[in-house]
Amino acid sequence: MSSAPPSGSPVGDWSTDFDHTTEAWAQDAPGIWRDLRTACPVAHSDRFGGTWLPTRHADVAAIAHDTEHFTSRSVIVSDFRPEAPAPIGFAPPITSDPPFHEFARRLLLPAFSPKAIAPLEGPTREFCGSLLDDVLSGDRDVVDAATEYAQHIPVRVIAHLLGVPESDGDRFRTFIHRILERPGQVATVDPEDLLTTYLLRAVEAHRVEPRDDLISYLLDLEIDGVPLSDEHVIGTIALLLIAGIDTTWSAIGASIWHLAEHPEDHRRLREEPALMPFAVEEFLRLYAPVTMARIVSADTEIGGCPASEGDWVLLSFPAANRDPEAFDDPETFVVDRQRNRHAAFGLGIHRCLGSNLARLELRVAIEEWVRRVPAFELADPAAVRWSTGQVRGPRSLPVRLTGEGAA
Amino acid sequence: MRIVFDRSACVGHNRCYLLAPALFDVDDEGYAVPLLDGDVPPDLEAAARLAADNCPEFAITIEE
Ligand code: HEM
Ligand code: SF4
Repeated sequence: MSSAPPSGSPVGDWSTDFDHTTEAWAQDAPGIWRDLRTACPVAHSDRFGGTWLPTRHADVAAIAHDTEHFTSRSVIVSDFRPEAPAPIGFAPPITSDPPFHEFARRLLLPAFSPKAIAPLEGPTREFCGSLLDDVLSGDRDVVDAATEYAQHIPVRVIAHLLGVPESDGDRFRTFIHRILERPGQVATVDPEDLLTTYLLRAVEAHRVEPRDDLISYLLDLEIDGVPLSDEHVIGTIALLLIAGIDTTWSAIGASIWHLAEHPEDHRRLREEPALMPFAVEEFLRLYAPVTMARIVSADTEIGGCPASEGDWVLLSFPAANRDPEAFDDPETFVVDRQRNRHAAFGLGIHRCLGSNLARLELRVAIEEWVRRVPAFELADPAAVRWSTGQVRGPRSLPVRLTGEGAA
Repeated sequence: MRIVFDRSACVGHNRCYLLAPALFDVDDEGYAVPLLDGDVPPDLEAAARLAADNCPEFAITIEE
């Protein structure tokens, strides 16, 4: 194990030394999964202290459903195994195991059910519309669909849902990137500019003046007659920001990338808007942005390979979604695919809590883009940058608007 | 045709509710609630198949 190459260094053999934090992975992860699925469907790497990568749907599903042998204590692979308090973990419910998981999750479920989320469609459409007003207003023919459009949608929607000014949404990105990319470096940041300070203020304001929004919903919750602590409320909001922003941004961006590369699908969606609900699920299947992780909590096997306690497992829902054993013609985007049991939102008890919100944002974002942008193409395919790591999506997506009369 | 729904397998993906709202409602926590007990009327058979074919948890099966 000590001989493992450092994480992030170039990979020679993907079946024995894969690394999802490398640039080569960002460039062609789907090709890597496809090759692995035939050559070595349960790949292993010594990096990160020992990590498995199953690429078959059946193996991914079995792990997601097996909370006896796989813990969610940490869902992001790193060089360290966090000593989080099981079964609660640092950020319930995503890092919790049964039986505590269900308890933490049920507090939140009612706020994210499809009927609770449906009223957000109008505001979401407005945000997308006003972003497109800006993107399309100038006389520029090249715009960045990722950084000028997709990126702003989830932060505004979440700000609206929480009940804080939508104009604060862009600050959330700074907050979460600081947490995700430079953990432990908070000391250098002005306390006024910390997420916790920001959220504490928002919580105080909501205590004084309750409203019909998610922060007030959380403040109304009780456990055995006792309201949640500020710490619990703030921790929950932080989790929603971390889980709900880059993920959704990635899904929207990847879908627009697909449409840039496939004008026939773009045209079909313009002509047959009724296909959109199917197209949304197909975008989610083919461009599933989220890979989760588990830690093996008791020796077991993964698709016949022996896995030991403490090993990491990359739970690649994106690879599962392209398994020919589970999907017909899996590498092809079929705009009206009729059988699509995709796992983009996970499988089992941790099914994405925000899936109804994410699905709504993705549908409305693409509907508005397709409606307002009659034709477009990649301005420079080489300038498209895909992210490394466990959330996959285009971080820069310059497109050329080619249609007449973009409105 | 009949619909068999396995509540213990449902984790609330809500695909059935989106694709076949005449056959599935959702409860306050987002779990599916089958609306029909008995034979599926012919005009809803296609919707029933869609719901079954798109449930990621295989919680819905069709008996012909
Ligand atoms: C396209 C966008 C999104 C994708 C692809 C996605 C994907 C996922 C996946 C795969 C999981 C399963 C985690 C696991 O098995 O360990 C998950 C969990 C979760 N997601 Fe999402 N997500 C998205 C958007 C959102 C949004 C918008 C929110 C909330 C605002 C959210 C909140 C959560 C939470 C709280 C969990 C933990 C649920 C639990 O552990 O019970 N996600 N998500
Ligand atoms: S699609 Fe399946 S998992 Fe989702 S709500 Fe319906 S029955 Fe439940």
